[in-house]
Amino acid sequence: MTRQLTDRPAATARAVTPDQRRGRWSARTRRDFIVFLALALPNLALIAVFTYLPLINNIYYSTLDWTLGSANATVVGFDNYINFFTSTDAPTVLGTTAIFTVVTVGGSMVLGLLVALALNSKVRGTTFARSAVFAPYVLSGVGVGLVWLFIFDPGYGVLSWLLRGIGQQSPQWINDPQLSLVMVIIVYIWKNLGYCAVVYLAGLQSLPKDVMEAASLDGANGFRRFISMSVPLLSPTTFFLLITTMLSSLQAFDLIRIMTPLGNGTSTLIYEAYLQAFGAYNRAGYSASISVVLFAILLIITVLQLRFVERKVHYS
Amino acid sequence: MSTLSPVSPDPAAGTGYAPDGGPEVPLQRNRPFSRANLVQTIAGGYVPLILATLVVVVPLLWMLLSSFKQPGEIVTTDLKILPESLNLDNYRTAMTTVPFGQFFLNSLIVTTVGSTVKVILAILTAYALVFVRFPFKNVIFVVILVALMVPPQVSILPNYILIAGIGGKNTLWGIILPGLGTAFGTFLLRQHFMTLPASILEAAEIDGAGHWRRLWQVVAPVSLPSIATVALVTVVSEWNDYIWPLIITDRPETMTLPVGLTLLQNSEGNGAGWGILMAGAMLVIVPILLVFAALQRYIVAGLTQGSVTG
Repeated sequence: MTRQLTDRPAATARAVTPDQRRGRWSARTRRDFIVFLALALPNLALIAVFTYLPLINNIYYSTLDWTLGSANATVVGFDNYINFFTSTDAPTVLGTTAIFTVVTVGGSMVLGLLVALALNSKVRGTTFARSAVFAPYVLSGVGVGLVWLFIFDPGYGVLSWLLRGIGQQSPQWINDPQLSLVMVIIVYIWKNLGYCAVVYLAGLQSLPKDVMEAASLDGANGFRRFISMSVPLLSPTTFFLLITTMLSSLQAFDLIRIMTPLGNGTSTLIYEAYLQAFGAYNRAGYSASISVVLFAILLIITVLQLRFVERKVHYS
Repeated sequence: MSTLSPVSPDPAAGTGYAPDGGPEVPLQRNRPFSRANLVQTIAGGYVPLILATLVVVVPLLWMLLSSFKQPGEIVTTDLKILPESLNLDNYRTAMTTVPFGQFFLNSLIVTTVGSTVKVILAILTAYALVFVRFPFKNVIFVVILVALMVPPQVSILPNYILIAGIGGKNTLWGIILPGLGTAFGTFLLRQHFMTLPASILEAAEIDGAGHWRRLWQVVAPVSLPSIATVALVTVVSEWNDYIWPLIITDRPETMTLPVGLTLLQNSEGNGAGWGILMAGAMLVIVPILLVFAALQRYIVAGLTQGSVTG
């Protein structure tokens, strides 16, 4: 086959070309068109139906006064939004969301950086420690939540034993709304700091060695180098983590559901949206409006990220 | 100076400064086994490392130990760290109180079917985006990128209404279907396929191989590590997925493990039931822990994707 092609005189090949080749091209284009659709369409259709369509539907549902499962729905315009923002729920839910997000993001990033520094030391066993620290990130939030609920249990938990050992009574982690939030935040940070640590570790290991060495030649000690060299040089990593952890904190659900099913003190936007639709009330329209608010917040963060990423590229 | 440290692979040692110390380092510290060096290595290197590892390992170890403890060993006034015996009663109780075997099977089916379809769809779409000529490929890629940023949590109510409306409530396909479209896998594989040298495909094209053969005989085999990464990350997230199965199932016959564990929590949520709940938590956590231990390289790479490239 190839032999024939190469052996064929150039003149004959050129003689047949123009029309036929154009015909062949368009046939090929058409074939590629069909091949592309056959390969990509199933996935694209699924994404359209289960990712994009819900966004539109959510906005539509948010304009309805509608009980989930009921056949009747009345269009009420922006009433759900007005109800949410003027209700006593709004300050509580938005406040809880803000506290949960800020503390979990800050906590897991600071602790993650410290763990990354420990993992970056040149001793044996860092590979194992790295895997161990990352492990909670891939474990089921339901399982992890139960394990920690047992640890926090005021009656029989390990923590209550330790506190009794130093003459303290265990706080009521479950019944006190504020302590519930503290408890969920601690566990969330425990589960996610390994992610921050591993990402920071990659950042630390990609720091330019010659610059760091020059700094230590100039007399900067370890701490000084960390503050004035590593931290600024790590700023792209910090920014990446800030965005990704903020997005996942805003979507945290599993731990909240398992550790505080009623959302007493721990009802963030996502949890409130879940409770309103699938908890006791079945308020579909109201829930949808909270989801839209949450989505708007996530969208703003994503857009900000895209803006800053462009700048960051110039920086590095 | 160099005579003090006979074997000095670190060039810094010879010039009088150590990379992790100031310039006026006493010469002693450069000796690998000097006391100061040893203390520094232990305090600066091992202690934080061991501390970080313990913080993670101890709660999981506690789950393991408690899963063997009888109610009497948990509801007691003095703390018993080790269980009296490796008693499997809690596992037996957990599996008979709620149909754990059924949950396990459901999770296995959902994870296997869901992950397989997702990985195949990701491979097909990524191949099409990179190697097949099509007019609006950039637009389609942007559509996928944006989908990557849409959190599944905000879609649960509309998807519930849609799936329940077509009879998918309390069915395994109802659990699997909404998650099948994959933006993450497509994105990751597309980025990888872009780095493949065009020459390997040209060779296959000249040999007369069509797209189908080029995909499965050339592109897929050389991309196995990336495909493994996508597959493992997908398996982990399918296995752990909670909010969607929780909403779309309320009957034990179709519950997955995490949802079933919630059911167990509801029936054993008193002090005496902690051992049983820990046994249940073990059954959910251990399979993924084993997968992670064996293949963590791929999983970590996949989950932290984008961090280095920005």
